[in-house]
Amino acid sequence: MNPRILAATTGRILRQLRHDRRTIALLVVVPSALLTLVYFMYADQPTPPGQPSTFDRIALVMLGIFPFVIMFLVTSIAMLRERTSGTLERLLTTPLGKLDLLFGYGIAFGLAAAVQAAVAAGVAYWIFDLDTAGSSGLVIGIAVIDAVLGVALGLFCSAFARTEFQAVQFLPVVVVPQLLLCGLFVARDQMAGWLQALSDAFPLSYAIEALQEVGANAEPTGTMWRDVVVVLGAVVLALVLAAATLRRRSG
Amino acid sequence: MDDAIVVRDLLVDRGGRRVLDGISCTVPRGAVTGLLGPSGSGKTTFMRAVVGVQVVTGGTVTVLGEPAGTPALRRQVGYLTQAPSVYADLTVRENARYFAALHGRGRAEADQAISDVGLARAASQLVGTLSGGQRSRASLACALVGEPELVILDEPTVGQDPVLRADLWARFHAMAAAGTTLLVSSHVMDEAARCDRLLLIREGRLIADDSPAAIRAAAGVDDLDEAFLRLIRAGEPGPATAGREAS
Repeated sequence: MNPRILAATTGRILRQLRHDRRTIALLVVVPSALLTLVYFMYADQPTPPGQPSTFDRIALVMLGIFPFVIMFLVTSIAMLRERTSGTLERLLTTPLGKLDLLFGYGIAFGLAAAVQAAVAAGVAYWIFDLDTAGSSGLVIGIAVIDAVLGVALGLFCSAFARTEFQAVQFLPVVVVPQLLLCGLFVARDQMAGWLQALSDAFPLSYAIEALQEVGANAEPTGTMWRDVVVVLGAVVLALVLAAATLRRRSG
Repeated sequence: MDDAIVVRDLLVDRGGRRVLDGISCTVPRGAVTGLLGPSGSGKTTFMRAVVGVQVVTGGTVTVLGEPAGTPALRRQVGYLTQAPSVYADLTVRENARYFAALHGRGRAEADQAISDVGLARAASQLVGTLSGGQRSRASLACALVGEPELVILDEPTVGQDPVLRADLWARFHAMAAAGTTLLVSSHVMDEAARCDRLLLIREGRLIADDSPAAIRAAAGVDDLDEAFLRLIRAGEPGPATAGREAS
């Protein structure tokens, strides 16, 4: 990796995003709009005694899921565009290293996700009175790590897509099982053994558990830190695999 | 003569079909070498092999003294793909500055490359809003901005108006005079006359490798188009009149 090339690549990706005003608006507004729906869905639901309200429980998890899903999709399409427009092949004939490109995407979309997560968290805390025992800064930090996980998985999966149709199909294949088994719908320890094993293998489960730890504890817990390390490890693994699937030579 | 590119017995298969069938040739330094041939003759595949992005079946390609595709060569080789490969959602200037930065060049070089291809007035326009010809010139600017020692240009003048084409060819010769090696593909024969040296490929085989004057002399005609026709007929089985010139 070369810091100058990495910075130029990150800047280039952010500039592309800046020219796409509608995407920026969607990135910033959609999570807050969906949180609004969730708020009113549960507004009249009774809160079980001694437990967080249903909105608090779901909104907290949503803050981690939005950036993950959205950045996965955005990255898959962005990388596929690099392939189909020929810019990827051209980049690979320049001094750019594969990791410069992959980390460039990770940093650029990570920054976009930070803005998105901050706005969504602001709406959740200030407008809808989201209540978490731990700090909102930790919630936003974990949401950004979730986004970077989405970017890394998107970069890796885009290697297996030749067309936009295929790229979009990776959402139900890669993202939806992780959503179903992350503990949002059924608590992880109440699932059948084989489902728990699957859930343990999915990085999103750790991301969601980390958020739930912040929700339930005033101070960062050991479990939360372990979860953050697991997610970051999954990010590095996905980026290394993505680099391995980027071939400078083709047939 | 000092050669920038040395190709020996190059074999390339794509999609189960032999695309390049035993090509051996050299490209001299500091000159404009034309790669001529009809569409589908293997020009792009040959260029990809020189740049080092093509999986080859056999033979060797040596570029500036090193095997094609060696990491150090990526600083010294500029490649223009046939389809313009620039970012449609960035301006011409943003594209040029990005590719300049990849080669360790700055804003001044980026602006120079843009004006060299005649796009100074469109510099702040999004590439997606340019005409086809302008877009391919934006792509050309990005190939030249790193001031590479070897420039591989795949059909750089397609869709350009005659004045601009003449300007671009003058620019290529100025670069060659300054020591840059250029390999330029075209399927238009009137561009062949502008080259210092010509490689003619047909159906994956090298049919001619000489200067335009020598090719005219060998075929015995003044018109290069006609000369190539005779060389092709001479290489085919059946009655042949002209001698086959291949060095």
